[in-house]
Amino acid sequence: MIRRGGFMLFLTLLALLPLFSSYYITMGSYIGLYSIVSLGLVLLTGVARLTSFGQAAFMGVAAYTTAILTVKFGCSPWLTLLIAMALTTAIAFLLGAITLRMGGHYLPLATIAWGISLYFLFGTVPALGGSTGISDVSALTFFGRELRDEKLFYYLIWIVCLATLWVSTNLLDSREGRAIRALRGGVSMVESFGASGHRLKNIVFIYSALLACLAGWLYAHMMRFVNPSPFGLSQGIEFLFMIVIGGPFSLWGAIAGAAVITLLKTLLQGILPKLISQTGNFEIIVFGIMTVMVLQWLKGGIWSLVEHRLPPKPAKPVNDTSSLAQRVQPARRESLLKVDGVTKAYGGLLAVKKMSFELSAGEIVGLIGPNGAGKSTMFNLISGELPLTSGKIHFGTENISSLRSPQIARRGLSRTFQHVRLIPGMTVLENVMIGSYLRTRDGLLAAGLRLNQATENQVRAEAARQLRRVGLADSMLIHAGNLSLGKQRIVEIARALCADPLLLLLDEPAAGLRYLEKQELATLLSELREQGLSVLIVEHDMEFLMNLVDRIVVMEFGEKLAEGLPCDIRSNPAVLEAYLGGV
Amino acid sequence: MDLQTVLILAQDGLTNGAIYLLLAVALILVFGVTRIVLIPQGEFVSYGALTLASLQLGVMPGTVWLLLIMASIAAVMETFRLVSSEAVRQLPVTLATILIPPAAIALLAKMCIPLHLALGWQVLLTMLIVTPIGPLVYRVAFRPLADATVLVLLIAAVAVHFVLVGLGLLFFGAEGVRTPPFSDAHLTLGTLSVSGQSLWVYAASFILISLLAWFFSRTLYGKALRAVAFNRNGARLVGISPHLAGTYSFALAAAIGCLSGVMIAPITTVYYDSGFLIGLKGFIGAIVGGMASYPIAAAGALMVGILESYSSFWLSGYKDVIVFAAIIPILLWRSLMSVHYEEEE
Repeated sequence: MIRRGGFMLFLTLLALLPLFSSYYITMGSYIGLYSIVSLGLVLLTGVARLTSFGQAAFMGVAAYTTAILTVKFGCSPWLTLLIAMALTTAIAFLLGAITLRMGGHYLPLATIAWGISLYFLFGTVPALGGSTGISDVSALTFFGRELRDEKLFYYLIWIVCLATLWVSTNLLDSREGRAIRALRGGVSMVESFGASGHRLKNIVFIYSALLACLAGWLYAHMMRFVNPSPFGLSQGIEFLFMIVIGGPFSLWGAIAGAAVITLLKTLLQGILPKLISQTGNFEIIVFGIMTVMVLQWLKGGIWSLVEHRLPPKPAKPVNDTSSLAQRVQPARRESLLKVDGVTKAYGGLLAVKKMSFELSAGEIVGLIGPNGAGKSTMFNLISGELPLTSGKIHFGTENISSLRSPQIARRGLSRTFQHVRLIPGMTVLENVMIGSYLRTRDGLLAAGLRLNQATENQVRAEAARQLRRVGLADSMLIHAGNLSLGKQRIVEIARALCADPLLLLLDEPAAGLRYLEKQELATLLSELREQGLSVLIVEHDMEFLMNLVDRIVVMEFGEKLAEGLPCDIRSNPAVLEAYLGGV
Repeated sequence: MDLQTVLILAQDGLTNGAIYLLLAVALILVFGVTRIVLIPQGEFVSYGALTLASLQLGVMPGTVWLLLIMASIAAVMETFRLVSSEAVRQLPVTLATILIPPAAIALLAKMCIPLHLALGWQVLLTMLIVTPIGPLVYRVAFRPLADATVLVLLIAAVAVHFVLVGLGLLFFGAEGVRTPPFSDAHLTLGTLSVSGQSLWVYAASFILISLLAWFFSRTLYGKALRAVAFNRNGARLVGISPHLAGTYSFALAAAIGCLSGVMIAPITTVYYDSGFLIGLKGFIGAIVGGMASYPIAAAGALMVGILESYSSFWLSGYKDVIVFAAIIPILLWRSLMSVHYEEEE
């Protein structure tokens, strides 16, 4: 109620603002434009943990494209919008393609350099009007009527802004959006559910660039004049300050930040020169100091102060039955996983040496060994996170040796992580929903326009079903970060189950669990086996495995030391030697 | 273009390239040790040039005030930290180490300014004033964020850049400065005449790089810094404080930036915001070296200098466009070179 009431109040204020004075219209228009850019930057920085200083440059690309094409070639502004968006997409795709595979700081550095480059280009090329710019940009036309009134333009900007807010909210709450939010848990986690981390990052970057492009296009037709200065690096940096100060983790933070910085800038530009008796853009000192202070003391920005006081968002209803298609589990005893002479070398060091073992459908196999035996490396070779040096891995009848983890996930292999990788700020249900990434097909457009509700309901029901299956139905709506470690590990299993796997890979699931928690975990895994699921567990807790698994493979120094039934392994002298250092 | 022009442009390019090289080395050092992408590196360049120019005019440089203000803020922050961690007994010593050196430097500056010292002494005084600003910036802006992600540190670095540029304008005004060259001598090699200032730049870069090489390979502090850059947690476990390492790396970065500014001020007019672009060109060099390899970054920085010099000859208006656009092929090359990389925060 408070949320809805607050939103209605906000809308009323927006609608009434232009009635006061033309000063408010100008300020309101700028805040709206900057909010559009900031919304994209929140997705990029707060959600995907990337950033860009080049958003003003993307505005510039759009503003200059529309200015040149409408003034010199007489194109319709609606056509130039499409052209500007295509151009922006191409540039953002290129910048993303060459930087996003490397460390996270390369994208912002690249955007700084290309932003400066573009700024100088705008100011130098005679055809772009040099530093004087291009004037008489044509007005927007709606059904033959020109939009010249600044009040109407103000409403247009805010309609666009609220529309982008709505689309961005929908995107975050969709299949691709959940995967983007899950990037926080590391690329390998997202990829283990079949998404491509590189693609997701590129999507966010292009989306944020397109929002900047939209704002730049609006700006050009609002001012009906373009020159280089509003598209320089300083403006690009100011956009970043807006979202840091406003709140980088919430879409509303973008609007709050755009409003605060825009109003404060006008205020400071009035006061500071008088105070210092010198002219210059001294407000940048204040913005810089504010940003550092917010980073040090108020990570969630101004909006987090508001968010804390709001009641939690109402949970969406969860259907009882899901009708997502399920894989047919292979017949028991059919060979499911075959590791054949696999070696992994790091230079001269052999982390895994000629390992061979098999797993049949319907059994639980334990892969054990002392610390440093190469278990986790073996695990990552199977899941496709690391490439093999030599050897073969077959999944069913298919050779998966050269496939990477998203492709392996697609074939029905699902995993958990040694260090739990849940997204603490998402609910348990949402975390589990990430697992279903490959089971639905909804694209970005459907998500943005909220045409995905039917599948979303199914995914939610499926995630709830998996949570009931592992006995966590009660914790569905709690934030994952609030659960105990033991329960978090179970949530990871539910998330893996939500991918509807043929084979479940568990990486040290018992590490850090208390005795009772271990027992519960063992019971759960036995139940899953009863239901026909196959499981490979990497563990070093012998006791946990002894009464649970069907067979055990023991590794030491990267090699297979022994293989057999738990009772035989328990009395195998070589294993005792490796574990206890001689008897 | 005749051979003469080719050589003159190469000389110009190498002179600027030598400066970018120094900056690239400082950037890699700071990034390795603290994970901070030191965007404000260029401000130390401006501050160096502007401080020297003020000293030559016999005016108290604004950087002295900045030094005193920063020291006071650091003192307040340190007081809060020690009081809240109930370590009040350390307070007098800590405050003394923070406050006394800047105060002494300010006093020294006040005494020296009326004497109109020789250029060499003024350069030394400039270094004394600007260098401590580095560690103070680290203390005030970055140390409280020591555990933050690279992304947060980068945003903070950009914010600090804004603050320092704004303060540069406040303290020094919008006027550009050009200081007299270190030497008016010219070295004539056949038809080519090499300016004395270029020789100074080459010599100073060479000496500084040699000193840094010696520092990192032979001294305990240098080895400690390398250890932190190699493995932060490991270095912490053997008793190397990451904060101390951060302080040293910022001092080195400020000193290198300041010296670069002092050397470049006779070649080009320096404004309060010129340092930023100079620093970014150092960045392009550092990126060529993947923010990690000193030799490759050095080669990259010299390349940037030469690219800039030749493009200013052919397409003078597009000089910066070309230099900064060069980052695209450089990143493409690095991206193709790099193995799959995942950042685990």
